[in-house]
Order: sequence, then C-alpha cells, then structure tokens
Amino acid sequence: MDEYSPRAPLPGSGADVAVVGGGVVGLGIAWEAARAGRHVVVIDPAPGTGASFAAAGMLAAVSEYHYQEEALLGLMLESATLWPAFAQPLAAEAGYLRTPTLCIAGDGADRQALADLRAVQEAHGLEVTSLTVREARAREPMLSPGIAGAFEIAADHQVDPRRLIAALLARLGSERLVRRRAESLLWDGARVAGVRLDDGSELLAQETIVANGLGARDLAGLPVQLPLRPVYGDILRLRIPQRLRPLVTATVRGLVRGRPVYLVPREDGTVVIGATQREDGSDAVSAGGVYELLRDAQALVPAVAELELYETVARARPGTPDNAPLLGRVSAPEGGDVEGLIVATGFFRHGVLLTPAAARVCREVLEGGNGGAWKPFRPDRFAGLGNGRPISHPLHGRSS
Amino acid sequence: MGLPTDHRGADALAVEDPFVVDGVALGSRLIMGTGGAPSLDGLGDALDASGTELTTVAMRRFSAAEQGSLFQLLLDKGIRVLPNTAGCFTARDAVLTAELAREALETDWVKLEVIADETTLLPDPIELADATEQLVSRGFKVFAYTNDDPVLARRLEQLGAVAVMPLGAPIGTGLGILNPHNIELIVARAGVPVVLDAGIGTASDAALAMELGCDAVLLASAVTRAQDPVRMAAAFRHAVVAGRLAAHAGRIPRREHALASSPMEGRAQFL
Repeated sequence: MDEYSPRAPLPGSGADVAVVGGGVVGLGIAWEAARAGRHVVVIDPAPGTGASFAAAGMLAAVSEYHYQEEALLGLMLESATLWPAFAQPLAAEAGYLRTPTLCIAGDGADRQALADLRAVQEAHGLEVTSLTVREARAREPMLSPGIAGAFEIAADHQVDPRRLIAALLARLGSERLVRRRAESLLWDGARVAGVRLDDGSELLAQETIVANGLGARDLAGLPVQLPLRPVYGDILRLRIPQRLRPLVTATVRGLVRGRPVYLVPREDGTVVIGATQREDGSDAVSAGGVYELLRDAQALVPAVAELELYETVARARPGTPDNAPLLGRVSAPEGGDVEGLIVATGFFRHGVLLTPAAARVCREVLEGGNGGAWKPFRPDRFAGLGNGRPISHPLHGRSS
Repeated sequence: MGLPTDHRGADALAVEDPFVVDGVALGSRLIMGTGGAPSLDGLGDALDASGTELTTVAMRRFSAAEQGSLFQLLLDKGIRVLPNTAGCFTARDAVLTAELAREALETDWVKLEVIADETTLLPDPIELADATEQLVSRGFKVFAYTNDDPVLARRLEQLGAVAVMPLGAPIGTGLGILNPHNIELIVARAGVPVVLDAGIGTASDAALAMELGCDAVLLASAVTRAQDPVRMAAAFRHAVVAGRLAAHAGRIPRREHALASSPMEGRAQFL
C-alpha cells in the first residue's frame, strides 16, 4: 500500500522548513508555509495514520470548552474563525460542513450539568440556545423520546480528517513528502539545523517544526522535555442503512448519566461515534469502550442498534498536563530562543480544530514573530516539573 | 479525646490528630480519589488544595508504566497511592487487579471495590466478602468499600479488613449521607477505621460524616467534577477538620423549645 516516494531533491542549503509529522497538524502547518512561498518538506513514514486517523473532526470550540480552560478556549475560538478560510481552497474535498451541534441531556442531572455549563459559556459570549425536547426532536426525529433536554450550538462544525489529510497531501505533492522516521534533531552549535532520519541520512532545514504528536517523545535532541502522555481513545465508524437516512443531520453530543458521547454524521451516509478516554496504556481497541459508546449512543438515538459497525479504531491522543498544546519556540539556556526550532504538538483532543491556528502561529513565528497572544502555549511552560523521570515507587513519596 | 483547639489552622490540627490506618499515620483525614479530573494540572492543584496525603487510583484505568502520567504527578507531590479495583464485578477480577497493583506499585494496600451492576454501582456484598477473605489470605491490607450495612461492615472487619469504607450514597451521585443512623452504627461497632466513601456532594456532607464519628472521608467526583475543583478541595479540607472537632466537642442537645444563651440571673445552674 505504501508506494515509494523518492526523496525530494533539495537545494544545496536544504529546505526552508522541515515539518516532522504528517498528521493533520503537521500537514496543515506545511501547507500554510508552502503557500507563503517556502520550500517545505514533511517527514513521516506513514502520514495520517496516527491520532488524525481516529479523529472525528468536530470543530467544536464552544462545546469543547471546560470550566477554567479559558486560555485554551481563546485558541479554539481563534482557530474556529480561521477554519472557513483555511478550508476554502480545499473546497469540498475535506468534507468541511457547517452543520450545527446539538448537545443532548440523557437525564435531568445531565440537563442540569449542561445548563450550568451553558451559563458559563454565555458569560464568555458564546451562543448556546436552549431547545425543548420536542423542538430538538422536530429537527432530529431519530432522537430518543426519552432524552431530557437539548442545547444547540450553531458555531460548532465538522470536517472529515481523513479526507482533509488526503487533500493536504495532494496539495503538497509527493515531492515534498519524505517517508522516513525522524530520529533526532541536528544541531549546528546552538541552533537546530535539520533532522537525522532513521536511514542515517541528514535533512538540512532553516527551520524544523516538531509536529509529530506523541512521536515527539522519541525524537532525540530536543532541548526541552515535552510533557506528553498517551490518552487513548476508542472510536467507531458505522454505516447507516438507506432506509434510516438521514440518521441525524446535526452533530449530536450527549451526556448520558454523566458520560460524554458524540455522533458525527458524514455526507457519505456513515456516522462516527466516539470517544473513550483511557490512560490504561493499551493501544488495542477496548471491548468495554466499544460497548459503552454503543450503549450511550443508543440511549440518545435508538436506531444506532440497526447500523452496520464497520470499523473500530483506537489511537492515542498527545495529552499535556493542562490539556493545551505545546506551540512555539523554546527558550535557550543562554537566553533568547533556540533558533531553527518550532514545536507544535500536544493538541490532545483538539488537533483538528486547532490546525488552522497552529498553522497561523507557525507562519507568524517563521516570519519572525514571537507567538504574540499565544505565548501561554509555549512548549517550555512546564520547565521545572519532574516529567520524564522514570517512575520509581509511587507509594513511597517524598513525605513518607 | 485530646484534640488541639488552638487557632493554628487545619494543618497544625492534622499533625496532632493523625489518621492512623494499618499503623501508618496520615496528616489528613481527607482521602481524594483521582477519577473525573479534567486535566492532570487541574488534578494536581486540587490535590494540593485538599491537603490529602492519600489518594486512590483505578488500576484498570491508569497504566503505572507511562511516563508523565498520573502516577508521576502523585510521586512528585509525595502523595501515597491506594490502588483500587474499580470496574471489577467478581471477586476473581478484584483479586487479579489487586495483584497487578501490588506488582506495579509495590504496595499491599488495596481499596477493594466489587461492583454489583452498572446502574447503581453498589457493592456486591457476597463477592466483596469472598474477595476480602482471599486478599487477606494473600497478605493484602484491604480497605473494603462496602454498603452502609452495619452487619456487612462488621463481617468485613472480622474477615481481616484494615478499614471499612461504607458509602454515603451510590458513587458519583452527590446525594450525601442517605442513612446517617447506619453510619453511626457502623462506627459504634468498628474496631478498625471507618472511612465514609462515595456519595459526597458538598462540604457539609463531609463534615456530617466526621460528626457521625467516621475517621476519614474519601471523595473524588465532588472535587474533580466541580466547576472550581481547587476551591471545592479547600472547602473539603476545612469541612473534614470542622466535623472532626465538632464530633468531639460535645454538641448541645436538640430541644423542642427555645433557651436563651444568657441564663436568667439569680437561679442555680444545674449544668
């Protein structure tokens, strides 16, 4: 399946920009840099097969808001406003749809939780409309009569990450893709000068952008310990029989007895149901996870039981301690920033939504900017934490 | 009971009135679970604010092998881990999970949870007694999460549990203490520490648990799912101390009729 892609013939001085990682974030950054006229290469042995392969593609700045995550909300909202322009040249290829999101409460306590959240969302100027159950069911007749409440978020849209990957790869062209694993950063004195690949060859670049998600943990030569951890998710893809179409027209996000679940309908008559959040260290699909997702999705839309379950996938999201990305330059020990290096990873649940913002921030940094309003997301903000040290005996902590 | 009553605050009180379980003295009578935390940083801040020295982690949900994980956070903070068997429905399951925890964390402490069904998440008393017996014979120190049933709690102690942990209400409900009388009965007959576990919604629930005579309170969702977990954790830190003090301060009797706080002059005082 992997067709051979020849190494791009590089100008003598190497590339302008080497992007490590060909997921949605890396390809989005590369595309924006290429459109700005830079010579870009993307390094990835298997583009689009990591977290991007699993992602549902909800562009849900409003419904992804969590209490006290205001800084992240700002970046999500910024990226949501960038999405239409980002998607426009990709036309319909990427499956970008401006369908709304309905947040559904499974029972009275779930309704209270969503209403409490809405009060804070509205205080932040976000638009969340309360619907009666009958109003919601008039719009989406397949919703269960047993739901307890509904809220509409018109601003939360969707894209199909797999089609987005294909569209971005096509735009970038195979000559810009190096199907190799980046093993380590190359240093030239105090600056990063490119990467060494797993075949021992060196790829020189003026700027290297580390955008390979959790893979950044295995990239040698980084000047800062990145506090990334795998947060696994199970996600399901189902085909809707002709007679049941459309199952739903909006993205349906629900709370069912406090458990979150979502259904994202695609144009092709399929629906994506997700997603669990596990830190159990297992990259295999969890049977319990599949069961819980189907159970809770069926509580919202009973006809889910009649769909064809054609794919179950588990992938790890690159989690960070504060759920926000690691984005920007890294401080040099001697002062100032390390030259030639930009980090763009740790997007956790929000990689697809945050891709245009990541691309914008990287372009601005490439053009000499300092990250401006997005300094709070600098990758070295956690410096001083003991992350990365091997686990010894958690029972016997410092005080005992 | 020689509880300190000065004004040095919760921390000073905790040092002089430690919570002793299995021979280990802990400075806080609040045990915080880790489930439901929105972020690792947020959890860390809440743990700090709670003042807890002991925390439970679901062994089936968190890998101890992962760098930068929850376990690393607890290690950095010097907080003891009490592994739990959340998600187990049979004694066999629970025993296997406890063995996994002992190997991964090098502790023989285990909070034993054997759940009867997904709707109530109530403990299954028969499997619970069976698992307690097996784990005790394998050398574990069992903290038994149990129904608010005085008979079962007594039986678990007889089987060798080092602490009994009756629920206030089903897990995650935040309904508070539904049967205070049973909790009092459990406390009155217990020879091991009693920890009120599950169902706590807000600070007054924890204070009540301590007033009923419990030795400690365990909670997770009430903090991790609160809108401001740090503030709620601080509230519980104070509530547990307040309840502990009140429990041993000799409360006034409940009366049908009013009684002025300044007694009428010239009359003899009986009390």
